[in-house]
Amino acid sequence: MGKIIAIALNTFRESIRDRIFYSLLFFAVVLILFSMVLSNLTIGDPLKIIKDFGLGSISIVGTLIAIFVGIGMVYKEMEKRTIFVILSKPLARWQFLIGKYCGLSLTILVEVVVMSILLFGLCFLYVPKVPWNLLYAIVPIFFEILLILAVAFLFSTFSTAFLSGMFTLSIFIIGHFTGDLKNLAQSTEDVLFQTLSTVIYYVLPNLEYLNFKTRVVHHLGIGIFEVVFSLIYAIFYTLILLLIGIFIFQQRDIN
Amino acid sequence: MTDSIAVKINDLQKTFSNGWGKRSTIIKNLNLDIMENEIFGYLGANGAGKTTTFKLMLGLIYPDKGTILFDGKPASDYKNRTVLGYLPETPYFYSYLTAGEALDFYASLFDMDRSLKKRRVEKMLHLVGLDHAKNLQLRKFSRGMLQRIGIAQAMINDPKLLILDEPMSGLDPMGRKDMRDIILNCRDQGKTIIFSSHIISDVEMICDRASILSKGKLQQVIEMDDRQDTQDSTWEIICRGQVFNLDPIKEQDKIAHHVTGNRHILSTEDKGLANLIMAEIQNQGLDLISFGSRRKSIEDIYIKSVGGGKKKNG
Repeated sequence: MGKIIAIALNTFRESIRDRIFYSLLFFAVVLILFSMVLSNLTIGDPLKIIKDFGLGSISIVGTLIAIFVGIGMVYKEMEKRTIFVILSKPLARWQFLIGKYCGLSLTILVEVVVMSILLFGLCFLYVPKVPWNLLYAIVPIFFEILLILAVAFLFSTFSTAFLSGMFTLSIFIIGHFTGDLKNLAQSTEDVLFQTLSTVIYYVLPNLEYLNFKTRVVHHLGIGIFEVVFSLIYAIFYTLILLLIGIFIFQQRDIN
Repeated sequence: MTDSIAVKINDLQKTFSNGWGKRSTIIKNLNLDIMENEIFGYLGANGAGKTTTFKLMLGLIYPDKGTILFDGKPASDYKNRTVLGYLPETPYFYSYLTAGEALDFYASLFDMDRSLKKRRVEKMLHLVGLDHAKNLQLRKFSRGMLQRIGIAQAMINDPKLLILDEPMSGLDPMGRKDMRDIILNCRDQGKTIIFSSHIISDVEMICDRASILSKGKLQQVIEMDDRQDTQDSTWEIICRGQVFNLDPIKEQDKIAHHVTGNRHILSTEDKGLANLIMAEIQNQGLDLISFGSRRKSIEDIYIKSVGGGKKKNG
Protein backbone atom coordinates (compact mmCIF):
# COMPACT_ATOMS: atom_id res chain seq x y z
CA MET A 1 0.00 0.00 0.00
CA GLY A 2 2.92 2.32 0.84
CA LYS A 3 4.22 2.04 -2.73
CA ILE A 4 0.83 2.91 -4.22
CA ILE A 5 0.63 5.95 -1.94
CA ALA A 6 4.16 6.99 -2.98
CA ILE A 7 3.24 6.79 -6.67
CA ALA A 8 -0.07 8.58 -6.03
CA LEU A 9 1.54 11.45 -4.12
CA ASN A 10 4.24 11.81 -6.75
CA THR A 11 1.64 11.89 -9.52
CA PHE A 12 -0.36 14.48 -7.58
CA ARG A 13 2.77 16.59 -7.14
CA GLU A 14 3.52 16.28 -10.86
CA SER A 15 -0.01 17.42 -11.79
CA ILE A 16 -0.17 20.41 -9.51
CA ARG A 17 3.22 21.60 -10.70
CA ASP A 18 2.00 21.39 -14.29
CA ARG A 19 0.98 24.67 -15.90
CA ILE A 20 -1.96 23.11 -17.68
CA PHE A 21 -3.66 22.39 -14.36
CA TYR A 22 -3.55 26.06 -13.40
CA SER A 23 -4.61 27.18 -16.88
CA LEU A 24 -7.71 25.00 -16.73
CA LEU A 25 -8.46 25.98 -13.15
CA PHE A 26 -8.16 29.64 -14.12
CA PHE A 27 -10.48 28.99 -17.05
CA ALA A 28 -13.00 27.40 -14.66
CA VAL A 29 -12.85 30.33 -12.25
CA VAL A 30 -13.41 32.77 -15.14
CA LEU A 31 -16.37 30.68 -16.32
CA ILE A 32 -17.99 30.66 -12.89
CA LEU A 33 -17.44 34.40 -12.45
CA PHE A 34 -18.85 34.93 -15.93
CA SER A 35 -22.07 33.27 -14.73
CA MET A 36 -22.49 36.30 -12.42
CA VAL A 37 -22.37 38.65 -15.39
CA LEU A 38 -24.66 36.39 -17.38
CA SER A 39 -27.22 36.25 -14.55
CA ASN A 40 -27.53 40.05 -14.65
CA LEU A 41 -28.00 40.11 -18.41
CA THR A 42 -30.67 37.43 -18.73
CA ILE A 43 -34.26 37.25 -17.61
CA GLY A 44 -34.99 34.77 -14.85
CA ASP A 45 -33.74 33.79 -11.43
CA PRO A 46 -30.05 34.88 -11.34
CA LEU A 47 -29.23 32.23 -8.71
CA LYS A 48 -30.48 29.46 -10.97
CA ILE A 49 -28.33 30.75 -13.82
CA ILE A 50 -25.29 30.89 -11.57
CA LYS A 51 -25.92 27.34 -10.31
CA ASP A 52 -26.57 26.00 -13.80
CA PHE A 53 -23.52 27.66 -15.30
CA GLY A 54 -21.33 26.84 -12.31
CA LEU A 55 -22.21 23.13 -12.27
CA GLY A 56 -21.70 22.96 -16.02
CA SER A 57 -18.29 24.57 -15.64
CA ILE A 58 -17.22 22.10 -12.95
CA SER A 59 -18.29 19.22 -15.18
CA ILE A 60 -16.68 20.47 -18.40
CA VAL A 61 -13.41 21.70 -16.91
CA GLY A 62 -13.13 18.61 -14.70
CA THR A 63 -13.62 16.38 -17.73
CA LEU A 64 -11.04 18.34 -19.73
CA ILE A 65 -8.51 17.98 -16.90
CA ALA A 66 -9.31 14.24 -16.67
CA ILE A 67 -8.71 13.84 -20.40
CA PHE A 68 -5.55 15.96 -20.47
CA VAL A 69 -3.91 14.26 -17.52
CA GLY A 70 -5.41 10.81 -18.09
CA ILE A 71 -4.20 10.32 -21.65
CA GLY A 72 -0.62 10.99 -20.62
CA MET A 73 -0.79 8.74 -17.58
CA VAL A 74 1.11 5.84 -19.17
CA TYR A 75 2.02 7.23 -22.56
CA LYS A 76 3.92 10.22 -21.16
CA GLU A 77 5.83 7.99 -18.74
CA MET A 78 6.90 5.82 -21.67
CA GLU A 79 7.69 8.71 -23.97
CA LYS A 80 9.78 10.47 -21.32
CA ARG A 81 11.23 7.09 -20.30
CA THR A 82 10.68 7.81 -16.61
CA ILE A 83 8.89 4.47 -16.40
CA PHE A 84 12.14 2.49 -16.84
CA VAL A 85 13.53 3.54 -13.48
CA ILE A 86 10.19 3.16 -11.67
CA LEU A 87 9.50 -0.35 -12.91
CA SER A 88 13.05 -1.47 -12.17
CA LYS A 89 12.13 -1.11 -8.50
CA PRO A 90 10.22 -3.85 -6.65
CA LEU A 91 6.88 -2.53 -7.84
CA ALA A 92 4.17 -4.48 -9.64
CA ARG A 93 2.78 -2.92 -12.78
CA TRP A 94 -0.72 -2.85 -11.29
CA GLN A 95 0.60 -0.96 -8.25
CA PHE A 96 2.12 1.61 -10.58
CA LEU A 97 -1.14 2.05 -12.51
CA ILE A 98 -3.38 2.22 -9.45
CA GLY A 99 -0.98 4.72 -7.86
CA LYS A 100 -1.06 6.90 -10.97
CA TYR A 101 -4.86 6.72 -11.10
CA CYS A 102 -5.24 7.62 -7.42
CA GLY A 103 -2.84 10.55 -7.80
CA LEU A 104 -4.77 11.97 -10.72
CA SER A 105 -8.07 11.39 -8.90
CA LEU A 106 -6.68 13.44 -6.03
CA THR A 107 -5.77 16.22 -8.48
CA ILE A 108 -9.32 16.22 -9.84
CA LEU A 109 -10.73 16.21 -6.31
CA VAL A 110 -8.74 19.36 -5.54
CA GLU A 111 -10.01 20.99 -8.73
CA VAL A 112 -13.64 20.07 -7.99
CA VAL A 113 -13.35 21.25 -4.37
CA VAL A 114 -11.82 24.62 -5.37
CA MET A 115 -14.51 25.22 -7.99
CA SER A 116 -17.30 24.09 -5.68
CA ILE A 117 -16.15 26.46 -2.91
CA LEU A 118 -16.20 29.29 -5.43
CA LEU A 119 -19.69 28.33 -6.60
CA PHE A 120 -20.97 28.02 -3.02
CA GLY A 121 -19.50 31.46 -2.27
CA LEU A 122 -21.22 33.05 -5.27
CA CYS A 123 -24.57 31.49 -4.38
CA PHE A 124 -24.10 32.69 -0.80
CA LEU A 125 -23.71 36.26 -2.08
CA TYR A 126 -27.19 36.09 -3.59
CA VAL A 127 -28.92 34.12 -0.85
CA PRO A 128 -27.07 34.02 2.48
CA LYS A 129 -27.64 30.31 2.98
CA VAL A 130 -25.24 27.44 2.17
CA PRO A 131 -26.71 25.64 -0.88
CA TRP A 132 -25.96 22.11 0.32
CA ASN A 133 -28.32 20.63 -2.24
CA LEU A 134 -25.67 21.41 -4.91
CA LEU A 135 -23.77 18.41 -3.56
CA TYR A 136 -26.43 16.16 -5.11
CA ALA A 137 -25.08 17.30 -8.47
CA ILE A 138 -21.40 17.86 -7.60
CA VAL A 139 -20.69 14.42 -6.11
CA PRO A 140 -22.06 12.57 -9.19
CA ILE A 141 -20.11 15.00 -11.43
CA PHE A 142 -16.93 14.04 -9.54
CA PHE A 143 -17.65 10.34 -10.05
CA GLU A 144 -18.40 10.95 -13.73
CA ILE A 145 -15.01 12.66 -14.10
CA LEU A 146 -13.35 9.69 -12.37
CA LEU A 147 -15.04 7.39 -14.87
CA ILE A 148 -13.82 9.52 -17.78
CA LEU A 149 -10.35 9.45 -16.22
CA ALA A 150 -10.55 5.64 -16.22
CA VAL A 151 -11.52 5.70 -19.92
CA ALA A 152 -8.51 7.93 -20.70
CA PHE A 153 -6.36 5.64 -18.54
CA LEU A 154 -7.51 2.55 -20.45
CA PHE A 155 -6.67 4.07 -23.84
CA SER A 156 -3.38 5.41 -22.54
CA THR A 157 -2.17 1.85 -21.77
CA PHE A 158 -1.99 0.99 -25.46
CA SER A 159 -2.46 4.11 -27.57
CA THR A 160 -0.83 7.47 -28.26
CA ALA A 161 -1.87 10.57 -26.33
CA PHE A 162 -3.65 12.11 -29.32
CA LEU A 163 -5.71 9.04 -30.16
CA SER A 164 -6.48 8.41 -26.47
CA GLY A 165 -7.75 11.99 -26.20
CA MET A 166 -9.96 11.61 -29.26
CA PHE A 167 -11.38 8.27 -28.09
CA THR A 168 -12.04 9.53 -24.58
CA LEU A 169 -13.75 12.69 -25.78
CA SER A 170 -15.92 10.59 -28.10
CA ILE A 171 -16.95 8.33 -25.25
CA PHE A 172 -17.74 11.35 -23.08
CA ILE A 173 -19.99 12.79 -25.80
CA ILE A 174 -21.62 9.47 -26.77
CA GLY A 175 -22.01 8.59 -23.07
CA HIS A 176 -24.36 11.53 -22.66
CA PHE A 177 -26.48 10.54 -25.63
CA THR A 178 -26.66 6.72 -25.51
CA GLY A 179 -30.25 6.83 -24.19
CA ASP A 180 -31.37 9.30 -26.88
CA LEU A 181 -29.53 7.30 -29.52
CA LYS A 182 -31.33 4.10 -28.50
CA ASN A 183 -34.72 5.82 -28.51
CA LEU A 184 -34.00 7.33 -31.92
CA ALA A 185 -32.97 3.93 -33.30
CA GLN A 186 -36.17 2.31 -31.97
CA SER A 187 -38.24 4.88 -33.86
CA THR A 188 -36.61 3.88 -37.17
CA GLU A 189 -36.89 0.56 -38.99
CA ASP A 190 -33.16 0.26 -39.66
CA VAL A 191 -32.17 -3.03 -37.99
CA LEU A 192 -28.45 -2.34 -38.25
CA PHE A 193 -28.83 1.08 -36.58
CA GLN A 194 -31.03 -0.47 -33.89
CA THR A 195 -28.48 -3.24 -33.17
CA LEU A 196 -25.60 -0.79 -33.15
CA SER A 197 -27.34 1.64 -30.81
CA THR A 198 -28.32 -1.23 -28.48
CA VAL A 199 -24.70 -2.45 -28.34
CA ILE A 200 -23.47 1.10 -27.66
CA TYR A 201 -26.17 1.57 -25.03
CA TYR A 202 -25.14 -1.52 -23.10
CA VAL A 203 -21.35 -1.39 -23.60
CA LEU A 204 -20.64 2.31 -23.10
CA PRO A 205 -21.46 4.02 -19.82
CA ASN A 206 -24.65 6.05 -19.73
CA LEU A 207 -23.31 9.28 -18.28
CA GLU A 208 -26.78 10.79 -18.03
CA TYR A 209 -27.29 8.55 -14.97
CA LEU A 210 -24.80 10.87 -13.27
CA ASN A 211 -26.35 14.11 -14.45
CA PHE A 212 -28.47 15.68 -11.71
CA LYS A 213 -27.66 19.27 -12.61
CA THR A 214 -31.03 20.38 -14.01
CA ARG A 215 -32.97 18.72 -11.20
CA VAL A 216 -30.79 20.33 -8.55
CA VAL A 217 -30.99 23.78 -10.12
CA HIS A 218 -34.77 23.62 -10.47
CA HIS A 219 -35.32 21.98 -7.08
CA LEU A 220 -36.92 18.89 -8.56
CA GLY A 221 -37.00 16.02 -6.11
CA ILE A 222 -33.94 13.74 -5.98
CA GLY A 223 -33.94 10.59 -3.86
CA ILE A 224 -30.74 9.74 -2.01
CA PHE A 225 -30.99 6.14 -3.26
CA GLU A 226 -31.10 7.41 -6.81
CA VAL A 227 -27.81 9.24 -6.27
CA VAL A 228 -26.25 6.28 -4.46
CA PHE A 229 -27.29 3.95 -7.29
CA SER A 230 -25.72 6.27 -9.87
CA LEU A 231 -22.50 6.37 -7.84
CA ILE A 232 -22.37 2.56 -7.62
CA TYR A 233 -22.95 2.46 -11.38
CA ALA A 234 -19.98 4.81 -11.92
CA ILE A 235 -17.75 2.88 -9.52
CA PHE A 236 -18.60 -0.40 -11.25
CA TYR A 237 -17.74 0.97 -14.70
CA THR A 238 -14.57 2.61 -13.40
CA LEU A 239 -13.36 -0.64 -11.81
CA ILE A 240 -14.04 -2.62 -14.99
CA LEU A 241 -12.09 -0.06 -17.07
CA LEU A 242 -9.19 -0.09 -14.60
CA LEU A 243 -9.06 -3.90 -14.65
CA ILE A 244 -9.00 -4.00 -18.46
CA GLY A 245 -6.29 -1.32 -18.49
CA ILE A 246 -4.19 -3.28 -15.98
CA PHE A 247 -4.63 -6.48 -17.99
CA ILE A 248 -3.45 -4.79 -21.21
CA PHE A 249 -0.53 -3.04 -19.50
CA GLN A 250 0.55 -6.27 -17.81
CA GLN A 251 0.93 -8.02 -21.17
CA ARG A 252 2.81 -5.37 -23.09
CA ASP A 253 6.52 -4.74 -23.51
CA ILE A 254 7.77 -1.44 -22.10
CA ASN A 255 10.09 -0.26 -24.84
CA MET B 1 34.73 -12.57 -7.42
CA THR B 2 33.22 -15.64 -5.73
CA ASP B 3 32.09 -18.99 -7.13
CA SER B 4 28.40 -18.24 -6.55
CA ILE B 5 26.29 -17.17 -9.50
CA ALA B 6 24.58 -13.80 -9.07
CA VAL B 7 22.77 -13.78 -12.41
CA LYS B 8 22.06 -16.78 -14.57
CA ILE B 9 20.75 -16.22 -18.07
CA ASN B 10 19.58 -19.38 -19.72
CA ASP B 11 18.72 -19.78 -23.42
CA LEU B 12 17.25 -16.29 -23.67
CA GLN B 13 15.57 -15.20 -26.87
CA LYS B 14 13.68 -12.06 -27.80
CA THR B 15 12.13 -11.01 -31.08
CA PHE B 16 10.38 -7.76 -31.92
CA SER B 17 7.81 -7.08 -34.54
CA ASN B 18 8.84 -4.59 -37.22
CA GLY B 19 5.23 -4.15 -38.29
CA TRP B 20 3.76 -5.79 -41.38
CA GLY B 21 4.14 -9.17 -39.71
CA LYS B 22 7.94 -9.19 -39.92
CA ARG B 23 9.91 -10.03 -36.81
CA SER B 24 13.57 -9.52 -36.02
CA THR B 25 15.48 -11.44 -33.42
CA ILE B 26 17.32 -9.10 -31.08
CA ILE B 27 18.63 -11.68 -28.61
CA LYS B 28 19.52 -15.15 -29.80
CA ASN B 29 19.91 -18.05 -27.39
CA LEU B 30 21.87 -16.09 -24.85
CA ASN B 31 23.50 -18.09 -22.07
CA LEU B 32 25.52 -16.23 -19.47
CA ASP B 33 26.57 -16.63 -15.86
CA ILE B 34 27.59 -13.55 -13.92
CA MET B 35 29.43 -14.34 -10.72
CA GLU B 36 28.88 -12.72 -7.37
CA ASN B 37 31.14 -9.78 -6.51
CA GLU B 38 32.53 -9.26 -10.01
CA ILE B 39 32.48 -6.31 -12.36
CA PHE B 40 31.15 -7.64 -15.61
CA GLY B 41 31.47 -5.58 -18.79
CA TYR B 42 28.86 -5.98 -21.47
CA LEU B 43 30.28 -4.78 -24.77
CA GLY B 44 28.58 -4.40 -28.08
CA ALA B 45 27.87 -1.97 -30.86
CA ASN B 46 24.64 0.03 -31.08
CA GLY B 47 21.75 -2.34 -31.64
CA ALA B 48 23.75 -5.37 -30.49
CA GLY B 49 21.11 -6.13 -27.85
CA LYS B 50 22.73 -4.80 -24.65
CA THR B 51 19.84 -2.63 -23.51
CA THR B 52 17.36 -5.32 -24.57
CA THR B 53 19.16 -7.81 -22.31
CA PHE B 54 18.90 -5.36 -19.41
CA LYS B 55 15.22 -4.72 -20.07
CA LEU B 56 14.61 -8.46 -20.06
CA MET B 57 16.45 -8.73 -16.74
CA LEU B 58 14.25 -5.99 -15.28
CA GLY B 59 10.99 -7.44 -16.54
CA LEU B 60 10.30 -4.37 -18.69
CA ILE B 61 9.95 -6.66 -21.69
CA TYR B 62 9.12 -10.34 -21.81
CA PRO B 63 11.35 -13.00 -23.41
CA ASP B 64 10.05 -15.34 -26.12
CA LYS B 65 11.88 -18.11 -24.32
CA GLY B 66 14.53 -18.61 -21.69
CA THR B 67 14.94 -17.65 -18.07
CA ILE B 68 16.84 -15.13 -15.97
CA LEU B 69 17.60 -15.85 -12.34
CA PHE B 70 18.90 -13.49 -9.65
CA ASP B 71 20.45 -15.52 -6.84
CA GLY B 72 18.48 -18.50 -8.14
CA LYS B 73 15.17 -16.61 -8.06
CA PRO B 74 13.22 -15.65 -11.19
CA ALA B 75 13.88 -12.09 -12.33
CA SER B 76 10.34 -11.92 -13.70
CA ASP B 77 8.96 -11.69 -10.14
CA TYR B 78 9.00 -8.01 -9.19
CA LYS B 79 9.59 -8.88 -5.51
CA ASN B 80 13.05 -10.18 -6.43
CA ARG B 81 14.05 -6.72 -7.61
CA THR B 82 14.63 -5.57 -4.02
CA VAL B 83 18.29 -6.61 -4.44
CA LEU B 84 18.67 -4.69 -7.67
CA GLY B 85 19.77 -1.22 -8.72
CA TYR B 86 19.43 -0.02 -12.29
CA LEU B 87 20.80 2.97 -14.14
CA PRO B 88 19.27 3.33 -17.62
CA GLU B 89 21.13 4.72 -20.59
CA THR B 90 20.54 8.50 -20.56
CA PRO B 91 18.44 8.46 -17.39
CA TYR B 92 15.16 10.36 -17.39
CA PHE B 93 13.55 11.52 -14.18
CA TYR B 94 10.61 13.65 -13.15
CA SER B 95 12.02 17.04 -14.00
CA TYR B 96 9.76 18.97 -11.59
CA LEU B 97 11.22 17.13 -8.58
CA THR B 98 14.25 18.34 -6.70
CA ALA B 99 17.19 15.95 -6.33
CA GLY B 100 16.21 15.28 -2.70
CA GLU B 101 12.54 14.69 -3.56
CA ALA B 102 13.43 12.34 -6.43
CA LEU B 103 15.67 10.16 -4.27
CA ASP B 104 13.11 10.19 -1.45
CA PHE B 105 10.44 9.06 -3.93
CA TYR B 106 12.56 6.18 -5.25
CA ALA B 107 13.41 5.16 -1.69
CA SER B 108 9.66 5.01 -0.91
CA LEU B 109 9.34 2.16 -3.40
CA PHE B 110 11.48 -0.04 -1.12
CA ASP B 111 9.31 0.14 2.00
CA MET B 112 12.02 2.00 3.94
CA ASP B 113 11.04 3.75 7.14
CA ARG B 114 11.29 7.53 7.24
CA SER B 115 14.59 7.81 9.12
CA LEU B 116 16.34 5.21 6.98
CA LYS B 117 15.03 6.92 3.85
CA LYS B 118 16.40 10.26 5.02
CA ARG B 119 19.80 8.72 5.83
CA ARG B 120 20.03 6.95 2.48
CA VAL B 121 19.07 10.08 0.55
CA GLU B 122 21.75 12.15 2.33
CA LYS B 123 24.34 9.41 1.89
CA MET B 124 23.66 8.97 -1.82
CA LEU B 125 23.71 12.72 -2.51
CA HIS B 126 27.06 12.88 -0.75
CA LEU B 127 28.38 9.83 -2.60
CA VAL B 128 27.69 11.38 -6.02
CA GLY B 129 28.84 14.84 -4.92
CA LEU B 130 25.48 16.55 -5.20
CA ASP B 131 24.85 17.65 -1.59
CA HIS B 132 24.75 21.24 -2.81
CA ALA B 133 22.00 20.48 -5.36
CA LYS B 134 19.59 18.76 -2.99
CA ASN B 135 16.90 21.42 -3.38
CA LEU B 136 17.46 22.08 -7.07
CA GLN B 137 14.85 20.88 -9.56
CA LEU B 138 16.12 18.17 -11.89
CA ARG B 139 15.12 20.17 -14.97
CA LYS B 140 17.95 22.56 -14.09
CA PHE B 141 20.51 19.73 -13.99
CA SER B 142 23.22 19.21 -16.60
CA ARG B 143 23.57 15.84 -18.33
CA GLY B 144 26.44 14.86 -16.06
CA MET B 145 24.49 15.80 -12.93
CA LEU B 146 21.54 13.71 -14.11
CA GLN B 147 23.88 10.77 -14.62
CA ARG B 148 25.03 11.21 -11.01
CA ILE B 149 21.45 11.29 -9.75
CA GLY B 150 20.94 8.18 -11.86
CA ILE B 151 23.65 6.29 -10.00
CA ALA B 152 22.35 7.64 -6.67
CA GLN B 153 18.84 6.33 -7.30
CA ALA B 154 20.26 3.00 -8.49
CA MET B 155 22.08 2.62 -5.15
CA ILE B 156 19.38 4.05 -2.88
CA ASN B 157 18.42 0.55 -1.65
CA ASP B 158 22.05 -0.56 -1.13
CA PRO B 159 21.59 -3.25 -3.82
CA LYS B 160 23.56 -6.48 -4.12
CA LEU B 161 23.40 -6.27 -7.89
CA LEU B 162 23.90 -3.14 -9.98
CA ILE B 163 22.92 -3.00 -13.64
CA LEU B 164 24.40 0.08 -15.30
CA ASP B 165 23.59 0.89 -18.91
CA GLU B 166 26.34 3.12 -20.32
CA PRO B 167 27.17 4.68 -16.93
CA MET B 168 30.06 6.77 -18.26
CA SER B 169 28.16 8.45 -21.06
CA GLY B 170 27.70 12.18 -20.69
CA LEU B 171 30.36 12.48 -18.01
CA ASP B 172 33.45 14.66 -18.17
CA PRO B 173 36.87 13.08 -17.45
CA MET B 174 36.58 13.84 -13.72
CA GLY B 175 33.05 12.45 -13.63
CA ARG B 176 34.20 9.28 -15.40
CA LYS B 177 36.93 8.79 -12.84
CA ASP B 178 34.40 9.30 -10.03
CA MET B 179 32.05 6.78 -11.63
CA ARG B 180 34.87 4.26 -11.97
CA ASP B 181 35.74 4.78 -8.30
CA ILE B 182 32.10 4.28 -7.30
CA ILE B 183 31.93 1.04 -9.29
CA LEU B 184 35.20 -0.24 -7.81
CA ASN B 185 34.02 0.70 -4.30
CA CYS B 186 30.83 -1.21 -4.89
CA ARG B 187 32.81 -4.31 -5.72
CA ASP B 188 34.87 -3.82 -2.55
CA GLN B 189 31.58 -3.80 -0.65
CA GLY B 190 30.73 -7.20 -2.12
CA LYS B 191 28.31 -6.05 -4.80
CA THR B 192 28.03 -7.45 -8.30
CA ILE B 193 28.12 -4.92 -11.12
CA ILE B 194 27.11 -5.43 -14.73
CA PHE B 195 27.70 -2.52 -17.02
CA SER B 196 27.47 -1.92 -20.70
CA SER B 197 29.72 0.47 -22.51
CA HIS B 198 30.90 1.59 -25.89
CA ILE B 199 34.08 2.83 -24.31
CA ILE B 200 36.43 -0.11 -24.33
CA SER B 201 39.10 1.50 -22.16
CA ASP B 202 36.57 1.83 -19.29
CA VAL B 203 35.79 -1.86 -19.50
CA GLU B 204 39.46 -2.74 -19.71
CA MET B 205 40.30 -0.62 -16.70
CA ILE B 206 37.84 -1.96 -14.15
CA CYS B 207 36.21 -5.19 -15.29
CA ASP B 208 36.98 -8.68 -14.02
CA ARG B 209 35.36 -10.20 -17.05
CA ALA B 210 33.74 -8.85 -20.17
CA SER B 211 31.49 -10.27 -22.82
CA ILE B 212 31.10 -9.22 -26.42
CA LEU B 213 27.65 -9.20 -27.91
CA SER B 214 27.11 -8.81 -31.62
CA LYS B 215 23.75 -8.93 -33.39
CA GLY B 216 22.12 -10.47 -30.36
CA LYS B 217 24.62 -13.32 -30.07
CA LEU B 218 27.23 -13.72 -27.40
CA GLN B 219 30.58 -13.84 -29.23
CA GLN B 220 33.00 -14.26 -26.38
CA VAL B 221 33.51 -13.94 -22.63
CA ILE B 222 36.95 -12.59 -21.76
CA GLU B 223 38.73 -13.14 -18.45
CA MET B 224 40.79 -9.97 -18.04
CA ASP B 225 43.62 -11.64 -16.10
CA ASP B 226 44.07 -14.39 -18.67
CA ARG B 227 44.62 -12.17 -21.66
CA GLN B 228 48.44 -12.27 -21.41
CA ASP B 229 48.47 -16.04 -21.58
CA THR B 230 46.53 -16.33 -24.80
CA GLN B 231 48.39 -17.47 -27.90
CA ASP B 232 46.99 -14.39 -29.61
CA SER B 233 49.62 -12.11 -28.00
CA THR B 234 51.25 -9.64 -30.33
CA TRP B 235 55.06 -9.36 -30.41
CA GLU B 236 56.40 -5.90 -30.89
CA ILE B 237 59.97 -5.06 -31.88
CA ILE B 238 61.40 -1.55 -32.18
CA CYS B 239 64.81 -0.90 -33.72
CA ARG B 240 66.81 1.97 -35.20
CA GLY B 241 68.60 2.11 -38.56
CA GLN B 242 68.45 3.72 -42.00
CA VAL B 243 67.16 0.67 -43.89
CA PHE B 244 65.70 -2.61 -42.67
CA ASN B 245 65.39 -5.19 -45.39
CA LEU B 246 62.75 -7.84 -44.60
CA ASP B 247 63.28 -9.80 -47.84
CA PRO B 248 65.20 -12.66 -46.18
CA ILE B 249 62.04 -13.47 -44.16
CA LYS B 250 59.62 -15.60 -46.15
CA GLU B 251 56.31 -14.78 -44.44
CA GLN B 252 56.60 -11.01 -44.68
CA ASP B 253 52.84 -10.60 -45.04
CA LYS B 254 52.42 -11.64 -41.39
CA ILE B 255 54.57 -8.75 -40.20
CA ALA B 256 53.34 -5.18 -39.77
CA HIS B 257 56.22 -2.77 -40.48
CA HIS B 258 55.96 0.95 -39.76
CA VAL B 259 58.83 3.41 -40.26
CA THR B 260 59.07 6.77 -38.51
CA GLY B 261 62.29 8.59 -39.40
CA ASN B 262 64.94 5.95 -38.75
CA ARG B 263 62.80 4.03 -36.25
CA HIS B 264 61.28 0.72 -37.35
CA ILE B 265 58.27 -0.65 -35.47
CA LEU B 266 57.48 -4.25 -36.30
CA SER B 267 54.73 -6.41 -34.94
CA THR B 268 53.60 -9.95 -35.50
CA GLU B 269 51.42 -12.53 -33.81
CA ASP B 270 53.90 -15.32 -34.65
CA LYS B 271 56.60 -15.89 -32.05
CA GLY B 272 58.82 -17.72 -34.60
CA LEU B 273 58.67 -14.75 -36.94
CA ALA B 274 59.55 -12.46 -34.05
CA ASN B 275 62.72 -14.52 -33.51
CA LEU B 276 63.59 -14.30 -37.22
CA ILE B 277 63.17 -10.50 -37.10
CA MET B 278 65.54 -10.38 -34.13
CA ALA B 279 68.11 -12.42 -36.07
CA GLU B 280 67.83 -10.07 -39.07
CA ILE B 281 68.29 -7.03 -36.85
CA GLN B 282 71.57 -8.57 -35.69
CA ASN B 283 72.59 -9.59 -39.24
CA GLN B 284 71.91 -6.13 -40.68
CA GLY B 285 73.58 -4.38 -37.74
CA LEU B 286 70.56 -2.37 -36.63
CA ASP B 287 70.23 -0.96 -33.15
CA LEU B 288 67.57 -2.82 -31.05
CA ILE B 289 65.48 -0.47 -28.91
CA SER B 290 62.84 -2.80 -27.47
CA PHE B 291 61.38 -6.27 -27.82
CA GLY B 292 58.34 -7.71 -26.04
CA SER B 293 54.88 -9.16 -26.17
CA ARG B 294 52.03 -6.69 -25.99
CA ARG B 295 49.01 -7.74 -23.95
CA LYS B 296 46.14 -8.11 -26.37
CA SER B 297 43.72 -5.27 -25.78
CA ILE B 298 39.99 -5.74 -25.44
CA GLU B 299 39.73 -3.56 -28.49
CA ASP B 300 41.72 -6.08 -30.53
CA ILE B 301 39.52 -8.90 -29.27
CA TYR B 302 36.36 -6.86 -29.77
CA ILE B 303 37.18 -5.90 -33.35
CA LYS B 304 38.20 -9.44 -34.19
CA SER B 305 35.08 -10.84 -32.58
CA VAL B 306 32.57 -8.39 -34.04
CA GLY B 307 34.38 -8.32 -37.38
CA GLY B 308 34.30 -12.13 -37.46
CA GLY B 309 30.60 -12.03 -36.71
CA LYS B 310 30.07 -9.63 -39.60
CA LYS B 311 31.85 -11.91 -42.03
CA LYS B 312 29.81 -14.88 -40.93
CA ASN B 313 26.54 -13.00 -41.17
CA GLY B 314 27.40 -11.21 -44.34
